[in-house]
Amino acid sequence: MTDASQIAVDVRDAVKRYGDFTALQKISLSIRDNEFFTLLGPSGCGKTTLLRMIAGFEDVSEGGIFLYGEEIENLPPHQRPVNTVFQNYALFPHMTILDNVGFGLEMRGASKSEARRRAGEMLDLVQLSQFASRKPAQLSGGQQQRVALARALAPSPKVLLLDEPLSALDLKLRKAMQIELKHIQRETGITFIFVTHDQEEALTMSDRIAVMSAGRMQQLGAPQDIYEAPRNMFVADFIGETNLLEVSVDAIEAGRATCHLGGGHELTCNAVDEVKRGARVHMSIRPERLFLSEHPTESESLKGTIVENIFIGTDITTIIDLAEGPNFTVRTSNSDRGTKRIFEPGAQAYVNMEHGAARLLVD
Amino acid sequence: MSAKTDVKTFFGFKGITLLCLVILYAPLIVVTLYSFNASKSITVWEGLSFHWYLDVFVGPESAKFKQAALNSFVIAIVAATLSTAIATAAATAIVRGGKFRLRTASLGLISLPLMVPEIVTAVATLIFFNSIGFTRGFLTILVAHTAFCIPFAYLPIQARMQGIEDTYEQAAMDLYATKTQAFRRVLLPLMMPGIVSGFLLAFIVSLDDFIITNFVKGAGVETLPTAIFGSVKQGLKPNIMAISTMLLAVSIMMVTISYFVSKSDNTK
Amino acid sequence: MAGGAASGGSAASDTYAKARHWLLLPSWVVVGIFVLAPVLMMMVYSFLTKEFRGGVIWEFSLSAYDQFFFDRGLFGDEPAKIDWTYIAIFWRSIWQAGAATILSLLIGFPTAYFIATRPEKNRAIWVFLITIPYWVNLLIRTVSMKFLLRDQGPLNDFLVNIGLIDTPLHIINTNLAVQLGLFYSYLPFMVLPIYASVERYNFALSEAAADLYATKWVTLRRILLPAVKPGVIAGCILVFVPSLGAFLAPDLLGGAKNFMIGSLIEEQFKGNAGNWPFGAAISMILLTMVLTILLIYARQQRQAEDLS
Ligand SMILES: Nc1ncnc2c1ncn2[C@@H]1O[C@H](COP(=O)(O)OP(=O)(O)OP(=O)(O)O)[C@@H](O)[C@H]1O
Ligand SMILES: [Mg+2]
Repeated sequence: MTDASQIAVDVRDAVKRYGDFTALQKISLSIRDNEFFTLLGPSGCGKTTLLRMIAGFEDVSEGGIFLYGEEIENLPPHQRPVNTVFQNYALFPHMTILDNVGFGLEMRGASKSEARRRAGEMLDLVQLSQFASRKPAQLSGGQQQRVALARALAPSPKVLLLDEPLSALDLKLRKAMQIELKHIQRETGITFIFVTHDQEEALTMSDRIAVMSAGRMQQLGAPQDIYEAPRNMFVADFIGETNLLEVSVDAIEAGRATCHLGGGHELTCNAVDEVKRGARVHMSIRPERLFLSEHPTESESLKGTIVENIFIGTDITTIIDLAEGPNFTVRTSNSDRGTKRIFEPGAQAYVNMEHGAARLLVD
Repeated sequence: MSAKTDVKTFFGFKGITLLCLVILYAPLIVVTLYSFNASKSITVWEGLSFHWYLDVFVGPESAKFKQAALNSFVIAIVAATLSTAIATAAATAIVRGGKFRLRTASLGLISLPLMVPEIVTAVATLIFFNSIGFTRGFLTILVAHTAFCIPFAYLPIQARMQGIEDTYEQAAMDLYATKTQAFRRVLLPLMMPGIVSGFLLAFIVSLDDFIITNFVKGAGVETLPTAIFGSVKQGLKPNIMAISTMLLAVSIMMVTISYFVSKSDNTK
Repeated sequence: MAGGAASGGSAASDTYAKARHWLLLPSWVVVGIFVLAPVLMMMVYSFLTKEFRGGVIWEFSLSAYDQFFFDRGLFGDEPAKIDWTYIAIFWRSIWQAGAATILSLLIGFPTAYFIATRPEKNRAIWVFLITIPYWVNLLIRTVSMKFLLRDQGPLNDFLVNIGLIDTPLHIINTNLAVQLGLFYSYLPFMVLPIYASVERYNFALSEAAADLYATKWVTLRRILLPAVKPGVIAGCILVFVPSLGAFLAPDLLGGAKNFMIGSLIEEQFKGNAGNWPFGAAISMILLTMVLTILLIYARQQRQAEDLS
């Protein structure tokens, strides 16, 4: 590995406007060399726009983009050592697979035979050598996807940009490709900037994730941080499933905040600097961090009535209603069935959580 | 589904469709048949013969028709080539040139020959050449045809180009191609079916044109339509039917080529 | 051959934005110099004085328009009287073109509908069959029609032989012949736009209407027709406009008595007997009519688009 602290792509206060509409508002990001970096966010939040600005297809309204320290935002796309795997692959339909993969090399001045040789190697890497002389339309979606990857990797770019490359594949193929992509990224040591709106995909593949919404950066961090410690309501809600509760902060003492849930129920959790006493804020508790019991336990316990059980394969989701308070969703893994009791609807039970499972959010 | 319960089917529509086809094809078939008539008269059928075809090539009027055919084909090929090239460039600007002020005006200008009635274009072109003192002849026909054919070449090319996503050029430029290289290596090959259709349409329109040619041709220069028209004015003769049948064959060949070109989508 | 301006679609792609003016230059030059400038020149000519033996004298005059509308001229000695001769020719042209349009609609709508409701894989071949004749030289088609319709022609032979009529029908050199000729010339222009709109029509709507007790014909009138109206209107314009200025069908099939605008214009430029300013003026009047129709159509299209 090269020096991990080296910055591959540096986006500084980048703004993108389309007429009156601001698609990106002052985005700043430093993407490290060798990193698998993911831009995650709902549809329309500006992921593609940011990626296209790095590739050179959109100009930057304000701010700058640097590639290994060199300012690139005024270079045309064909002068940027950055390649893209397009959302719909954009394989040249009139060229063979081999010519597609060799195109970039040829444009960089390699001879036709040299381009072909290297394209052949790239096809080996993605295990598609036997399809070299076919046209793109004669390949399946998954195969086309791998050709697009080989084509973008062939000229050995400094950074590879991938715009939802797996979104057109079925679930099984997508899982397989996730592993393959990650593998290729490690093998080649190329910095990947990956765009997705699928949070699970982002969590499994990335070294770091930038969560975006409505043209703004919401949170940047490693997958664990983002999942376990969402900074604000958007991130908590967007990543994974969660119980979002509106609470009022009654007291803050020794780093612990006591929060009122309504209906006389109370919870304590870690205090956050931004949340002051008396504030009405949101609290997030992941359903898998909750468990049910017949009697109160030593940790935080709240009494309620079971509303319903929903079987979802690996887990059972239980909804419990606190008297005059909010509902909670509790996730119990089926593998815990032996040790944990399943309550019938209508039964009285306690919902419990460890200290620290509940998190206060900055809005 | 039976016709009674199917909301789509209407009684009689099939019959009208067949009638429509009969109306469209009957005159052409009849003329083709009678072009093989041995008789000198066009009214009676006296058996099969190639007499009138021979007459077209070696008969008394053969020199006139040969020259007219040569003029027609040369003009059609040159005018179609020029108008296709001009239309391809224009379509690239309109479909890939972003939004700009002159865009709508340019589209209007390009489709002007479609909106102005042909006879008006003919009159206007005649007056124009006359007022600038340009002698009418082969060249005036060629120029008029080139201008007139541009929208016909343009429409299929534009339609095709709109169907090509711009990610293809972007992918090419992302892979270090300049704009010119992206055009030549990626966009142009993908546009080819549209360009071929446009060329064929322009070719047929030029080959077909009577009115404009009739106005701007000047004395002595004839194309096939003007020669045929002149001859028909003297009375219908079987040799005209033979020529018509041959032109018919050319047209059908063209439309068949165009059909298969438009079907052979090279993106698939 | 008339058609609205090509829309050009949405303009999102701008790969070649930098070169756009260079790319458009050839079309501007060629169409501008050889179509637009001539039309403007024609306008100028319509206000000039005629020269005997063809051509013009460069002197401003309204006599061409005067001749069109008035007997002896508005500026003549006697009181001006409207002259119906030329107006009648225009009126006949409108009538003939209208009749041809209605004929095309009566045959073209069922045909387009029938084709659009075929299984998808067969539609292309039907459309192909309908369009082939359009690719055949218009002159040849008109000549063929003339041949077919003659008093001693194959159509009459056929009808007499099967015993439908005793004496041959006299069709050639009548209004009907011209209408048939125009209908035959432009029928594909009626079928294709209607076909396109019926093909886009969602037949679930018809089924919904049938489910609500509408009969088939009521469904056709109340549900389908409003939906495919844009295609019908486009088809009518595409037949009517070129029919209005047609030359070949009236000239070859109509004979001298059934003069239409096209022949009237042509006559003004033939040999020495012509009157160029008058021909230019008639052309201007025709052009104004056609552009007015297209403009109204374009405006309605835009309104319809704004609504949806
Ligand atoms: N050319 C353009 N003109 C105007 N607005 C645009 C343009 N391109 C994108 N936008 C707008 O910018 C915003 C961000 O678009 P972008 O394509 O980056 O979203 P995205 O996050 O990639 O979404 P998705 O997940 O659906 O691909 C959207 O609201 C979009 O409508
Ligand atoms: Mg996107």
